[in-house]
Amino acid sequence: MTALTEGPTDATTGATTTAYAADLPDLDDLRALARTIAADHVAPYAAEVDRDGRFPHEGIDALRGAGLLGAMVPRELGGLGHDVEQAAVVVRELARACASTAMVLAMHHIQVACLVRHADTPALTAFTRRIAVEQLLVASATTEVGIGGDTRSSLCHVVLEGDRFELTKQAPVISYGEHADVVLATARRDADSAASDQVMVVCEREHISTTPISEWNTLGFRGTCSRGFTLVATGPADLVCQVPFAVVSSHTMVPVSHLLWASLWLGMAEEASWRAQRFVQKAARKQLGTTPPGAARLPDLIAARQQLAATVESQMTRYLAIADDPEATAGLDFAIGMNMLKVMASTQVVEIVNRAMLVCGIAGYREDTEFTLGRLLRDAHGAAVMVNNDRIAGNTAQLALVQRQR
Amino acid sequence: MSTETTTTQARIRDVLRLHAHLTKDVDALDSSDDLYAAGMTSHASVTVMLACEDEWDVEFPQRMLTRTTFSSVDAIAAALAELGATS
Repeated sequence: MTALTEGPTDATTGATTTAYAADLPDLDDLRALARTIAADHVAPYAAEVDRDGRFPHEGIDALRGAGLLGAMVPRELGGLGHDVEQAAVVVRELARACASTAMVLAMHHIQVACLVRHADTPALTAFTRRIAVEQLLVASATTEVGIGGDTRSSLCHVVLEGDRFELTKQAPVISYGEHADVVLATARRDADSAASDQVMVVCEREHISTTPISEWNTLGFRGTCSRGFTLVATGPADLVCQVPFAVVSSHTMVPVSHLLWASLWLGMAEEASWRAQRFVQKAARKQLGTTPPGAARLPDLIAARQQLAATVESQMTRYLAIADDPEATAGLDFAIGMNMLKVMASTQVVEIVNRAMLVCGIAGYREDTEFTLGRLLRDAHGAAVMVNNDRIAGNTAQLALVQRQR
Repeated sequence: MSTETTTTQARIRDVLRLHAHLTKDVDALDSSDDLYAAGMTSHASVTVMLACEDEWDVEFPQRMLTRTTFSSVDAIAAALAELGATS
């Protein structure tokens, strides 16, 4: 956040990527940049990425070229020094063209944000610098076969052998695992640790082997290529972040995830509702003097879009105000706020795409029109099931037992 | 250490024994040991919190509802003392 007021990146920091995003701290400029990247490198391939369930490498390469994989790395480490709000603007805009591309970037940012805030060894800081300088793509292995989707407990554990670590993890999902340069994995601190006593481990591509254990053939978000793998990793022991993962999770991973995901879903909802609005406008031009039937649905659609945007933006403001305050981000009140943001935004995005479909009618239902909504609808349904809303609601119900009025 | 403090700590340990789901015996822990490292999940910490409120007839204010408040026997004792709940 302080990076906004700092001068240009010093060449000695190693920021050799010709980051044309580097001089664009302004949100409107960032949005325009994202829109250009989306139009040139993302939208043209989105249907193919979806159909074939393939990695959107054109879009990710373009983001890399713009220095945006280092967006959340501080300037003194060679990155762009963006905060979550700046990162979210880009994610939100990309989501309008291809939700999978936007999701890959969002998930990358979430991991980077955790490293930036919690790196506690010189090696981890040096690695964070490498992410920006070499524009490395970071994936994550947080869930594990046998624990039922709870990211806050692990079965596998770190094994320390001298100054090296070893780790073997059965990961039911590692999004873009085959395309990432780095995987951040969670594991129990050591063989004797409780399931909840976890640490985060940086696993570099050259020191890991990934054996696929499942495919990724899904309704939506097909381009994230989220196959399952047996991950076997080794590396220097100081790439194990000693900060309890519980702290990393509540301070950074959960809020940044929910804010970036909600921004992504907002982008999808905005795209769907604008397609509907353009559809009605086109119809109005054809029959001057009469109000097209779909127009009557637009006020409610616009209201829903505004409401979702306001929810996402207000929670963003809330997080930015306390992001550097460990006590506040660890607070129960904040945790409930973030949980509800996820549940609300993921529910609303489906609702908004559905409404847009009713406005566009058969033109939205068809795959071959400019108003097609099929992919957006399929992707939208992923929002509620990735980190299942029922699980989050269950956690929140428990937290509600002890939430107190200010 | 006063008898009062000792009693509070003993009662906290009783609460933990019943509700914290630790991976080891609570009496094997030092009063400053990290309860989360000893296996207490955030789920369990909510139950511990409610049990403390019932046991001492207090209500933790919102500002105290953080991970650190319930991170050790000492931390819980300090929180209770701050609320005027001793012995």
